[in-house]
This record gives sequence, structure tokens and C-alpha cells, in this order.
Amino acid sequence: MPRIDIGVWVANAVNWLTAHLGAFFDFVTWVMVHLINGVLFVLTAPHPFVVTGVFTVIAFLARRWGFAVFTLIAFLLVQGMGLWTDAMQSLAVVVVASMIAVLIGVPVGIWAARSRIASVAVRPVLDFMQTLPVFVYLIPAVFFFGIGTVPGVVATTVFAVPPAVRLTELGIRQVDAEVVEAARAFGAKPRQLLREVQIPLALPSIMAGVNQMIMLALSMVVIAGMVGAGGLGAVVVKGISTLDVGTGFQGGLATVFLAIFLDRATSAFARPRRRRGGRPRAATAASIEAAPDTAELSTTG
Amino acid sequence: MTTPAQTERQPVRPRTSAGEPVIEAARLTKVFGPSHESAPSRRLLASRWGSRSGSRQVVAIDDVSFSVASGELFVIMGLSGSGKSTLLRMLNRLVEPTSGELRMDGRNVAALTDSELRDLRNRKVNMVFQHFALFPHRTVLENAAYGLHVRRVPAAQRLERANWALRTVGLADRADAFPGELSGGMRQRVGLARALATDAEILLMDEPFSALDPLIRREMQDLLLRLQHELRRTIVFVTHDLNEAMRLGDRIMVMRAGRVVQTGTAAEILSAPADDYVADFVSDVDRSRVLTAGAVVREPLVLANEADHPRDVLRLLGNIEAVGAYVVDGDGRLLGVARHDLLARATESDSSLRECLCDEYERATSDTPLSELFSLVDKGIVPLAVIDGNGKLLGVLPRAAMLAALTDPRKVVHA
Repeated sequence: MPRIDIGVWVANAVNWLTAHLGAFFDFVTWVMVHLINGVLFVLTAPHPFVVTGVFTVIAFLARRWGFAVFTLIAFLLVQGMGLWTDAMQSLAVVVVASMIAVLIGVPVGIWAARSRIASVAVRPVLDFMQTLPVFVYLIPAVFFFGIGTVPGVVATTVFAVPPAVRLTELGIRQVDAEVVEAARAFGAKPRQLLREVQIPLALPSIMAGVNQMIMLALSMVVIAGMVGAGGLGAVVVKGISTLDVGTGFQGGLATVFLAIFLDRATSAFARPRRRRGGRPRAATAASIEAAPDTAELSTTG
Repeated sequence: MTTPAQTERQPVRPRTSAGEPVIEAARLTKVFGPSHESAPSRRLLASRWGSRSGSRQVVAIDDVSFSVASGELFVIMGLSGSGKSTLLRMLNRLVEPTSGELRMDGRNVAALTDSELRDLRNRKVNMVFQHFALFPHRTVLENAAYGLHVRRVPAAQRLERANWALRTVGLADRADAFPGELSGGMRQRVGLARALATDAEILLMDEPFSALDPLIRREMQDLLLRLQHELRRTIVFVTHDLNEAMRLGDRIMVMRAGRVVQTGTAAEILSAPADDYVADFVSDVDRSRVLTAGAVVREPLVLANEADHPRDVLRLLGNIEAVGAYVVDGDGRLLGVARHDLLARATESDSSLRECLCDEYERATSDTPLSELFSLVDKGIVPLAVIDGNGKLLGVLPRAAMLAALTDPRKVVHA
């Protein structure tokens, strides 16, 4: 068996990319830094109590009282632990990475749903992105984007894109074929079909994908801390490296609070809204009403 | 007074209106399978090797030709896998034909560009689906207005038209509900309203009532027949239920394995099935609901004219040992029954035939189904009289003729 040194090829490719596409990576870095700083500014400029209040209101809108109370206590606790800025930094990374992942993942998912070839081509790429050990691409990311927040965001995005693509594709494929046929049978254009029928009906699945994506992004935050992304990851890393169990636990706890908040809030919007399916009582009432109505028709007909 | 061997009459279906052909399909073929070959060569391949094992191509529709007249309710009937739904979808090109020609109002549908095709689907050919295919995120009213929404009709006009369609199907009071809140029958009413609101001339219906329970199905069939009576659309209706086909269809096309087995009216298919397959199929049909009095009517053995002499009529009756004879006027209109004892008295007193008439008989119009005649057929002293709309006597319906008509033709052969 001849030795096939794929590693050398990859290393050469990475070197070549670093040497020749430096300007491009610098541009990406510049955009990301501004995005993250923008989000971070929004989160940290007001007093922490104001931001906590806003989160509590969001929690109330998503799930009513219980969740709102939890949110209030959790974020007050984060402030009490002195981790507010770190938590907001992590949140900013998650928000930016999720935004980028949605912008990439949802269109790719739609494309994969509409084309069998695209679906077959995209699947192994997603497997690659999800299962390749993080450090394998985290280190090249550092080569490209330098130490700091940006490689963290990039690695987080790479990790978060697959569920967005998968659940978008699944959602659109699961839209009742007859309903799609009905739209076409009434003369809907492909774009109209997508916008008015497929995407609205796939929305619960797409939102479930967004929820999964955010959770994965958050789980990457700690690892991003190792390449200097700051935030709660940095707190955890510092705690571990100095064998300071308390600091590490505080950072971990704040991460968990953030995770629960984001999960509950986004999954509330993933549930199908409107009245369909969710009101069995209304459905039976409708079928009872149907009886006299149809009986009348059969006598006149 | 029955005659056992009388020639079967050609049944008459007054519902059939002979309009201009709206849909003309010629040699339509659909081959599913690898699409790397061009369409004509695929058809050739499929027809030669389609059935050979190892071939991945399946001939779903094989050389089907038919035409549908304006205002006709044309039923395509077959079991699942017979290709009937595929054929229906070829009419609006949801399924592209592999070969063959399809014309609507003389226009070649296969040659339409994408935007012309969308226009055709929107304005001319609408569809009703088996599982309703309503948009669950739109209200009933928005669903009904969907075709007009796609057409970009202004909102006010669109809603007015959708409201009209909902009223027509009896659902005006549920306009603001969502489809998920409605029962199956009501959902299909919305499906029907959606197709009616666009004023499309042609309606394609893909097993629209087969997902409904039997009672509701019957109501929906009644609704469709009533709407068809009022609106006179051209309807192509796919079903696997022969009773439904017979009940609704002006004409029925029976399909099997992608081919047409027989096309004809319900009575034609019932009384003269094209082959064993169709015969098998129709053996379960309630023949008494499909066959009408007009389809099984027989010549009366004795028929008297009002000018005839009672003595002659009495002699004829004596020959066949019957107790009465129908009497018609000069135009063939039924006047009544001459009873033999009255005839005997009239012969003695030498009075006219008109004075011997009595009304001890039952009558029915020619379009009455046999199922409604069971209680009448043996009531009078003479067989049931079958008349047309003007009171003209078409013939009689003796009990034996009725029983013979209700018997499966194949079983008669074996007996």
C-alpha cells in the first residue's frame, strides 16, 4: 500500500489560501468584528437591569409566567456572579454566528429540498461539518482569521449550519405534496409557491432547525474561548487552566442559563401557531355543526 | 302477458348533452423511468420492452384517446394503479405526457409555454383533490379566493367572488375558519369552492369524495349533481368507486393498467361489458339504481288504439289469456287500460272502446331507476306502463323483464 499523505495536501492548501487570499480573510474579519461589536454594543450599552427586563418580557411573551420568573432570576444571578459582560459577549457571538448560519443554511436547505442532486451533494458536506473534530478546523481558522473572536464565530457557524440545512430541507419536503400540487394546479409561479405555501408550511420545522442551531452554537462558545473569543468560554478556560473549580463552575452555570433561555424562547416560536390542529374541541364543534347544515343540503339537492 | 325473448333496447340517457368537444386527447402516453432517452424513443422502448423484467421503465398510460364534450360529466374509472390519476394530471400537465396530443378548445396544450400553461391552469382548468389539499395557514375564504389571488384580482372583487363560491357550496358561515377546524365533507366543499370561484370552465376532480365517509360522500355527490345542473361546467371526474361513477357520470371510461377498456354510458357498460374485467367490476353494482325503466322497456303484447272495436281487442286478449290491454290515442298517448269484463260488456252493448277504460294500472317515466319501481311492478292488472315526458306510451315493464335486467348478464349465459 503506497502512502497517501492527504495531510500534506491539506496543509499545503491551507498555506496557499493564507498566502494568496489574505485580503479576503481580512475583509471577512473586519465585517465580523463590526457585526459582533454592534450586537455587543446593543447588549451592553444599557444598564444590565434594562437588558434583563427586556429578556424577561421576551420570556413572558414566549411562555408566560414561569419562564419569565426563571429568566429574571437567572440573569440577575449572572450579574451577581460578575459574569454579565462575559455572558453578553457569548450571546453576541451566538447571535452573529446564528444569523450567518441562517443566511447560509436556510437557502441551502431550500435548494436541497428542490433538487435531488443538490440534496445528494450537500449531505456529505454536512456530515463532514458536524462530525469533524472541532479543533481540526478551529486551528486553520486561527491561521486565516487570527486569534480572537472571529475564528470562534467561524467555527461556531460551521458547526451550526448543518441542522439549519437539514431541518429546512426536511420541512419543505414534508409539506403535503397534494397542497403543493394544488398551488401549481391554480397557476402559482415557482417563487410564489415557495413563498406562499412551502416556506410558511415548513416554518415549524425551519424554526426547530434554528433552535437546534442556536443550541449548538452555544455549545461551541466554550471551545471558541480557547482561541481567544472571550466571553463565558474564556471564563471556563481560565477556571480549568488554573484549577479554579469555582470560577469554572460559575462560567458553566451562566452558559447553562443562557442555553435554557435561548432554547425555551426560540422553541416557543417553533411550535405551529394559528389555530390548526391545536384545538380538538373546536374541531368537534365544527363537525357537529356540519350535520344540520349538510342535511339541509341533501333535501334541497 | 310477457314475452321472454325481446331484443335489448339501446338505453337512453337524457342527461347527456352533446356539446362541442372541449378536451380532445389522442394517443396520450406516459412512461415513468430513467429520462436519459428522448421521449419518442422512450415510448418505443417502453412499448417493446416495457413488460420485460429488468426494465426500469413503467408505462403508466398507454395510448389513451378520448374526448369530453362541453358541459359533460366524464368519469374516468379504474382501480388504484390503473393510471387514472396520472391521466387526469396530464390534462393540466402536472404530469407531462411522454407522447400524444392534447387539445383544449382546439389549442395544443403540449405546446404552451410555462406562463401560458400557468394561465391555462388558473383560468380554464381547475382541480379538486382527493385529500382536499387546502392551505392550512389560510382561512376558508382565502382558500376559496386562491385562484383569484394568483390571478392578482383586486381584493374586494376576489373576496366577493370567493363568498359567492362558499355560498354555492353551503359554507358561507364558515368563511373565517381555518381548514383544520372543519370536518372532511366541509373541507372538500372548500376545495370545490376554490375551483368554482375562478370560473374555470373545466374541473378536474381526483377522487374528490373517496376520503369521505359514505353518508357524506352521498351528500357531496348530490351537491355536485346540483351544481352541475346549475353551472354546467365540463368535469373530468376520477374515481375507483363504480357506484359513484354510475351515479354521476354522463359517460364513463373504464381503465386498467394504463389502457382504456371501455367507454360508454353507465347503462351501456352495465348491459354490455366489454370484457371479463369490466363484467367482474360491474357485478357488484346495484343495477337497480343504474338501469332505468326506459332501458329495459318491452313492447306490449296487445296495444289497442282508441278507434279499435272492443270485440277485436277482446279477441286479442283471449289469444294470450290476458285480462287487460293498454289503449292509446292517435298520437300514441296513453289513455288507460281496457279490462276484459268491460270489453265483453261493451261488445254486447256495442259501445266504443273509450267506455271500457279503467285506471287499474301503474305508470312510470322512462328515466325512473328500477329501484323505485319494485313496489309498482306487480300492482295493476297489466304490466307497468312506461311513458315519456309527454305521456306517450313507450312500452311496458313486466316483472320478468325487470328481473332479467337485474341479473348479471354472464350468469344468464351460465344458467
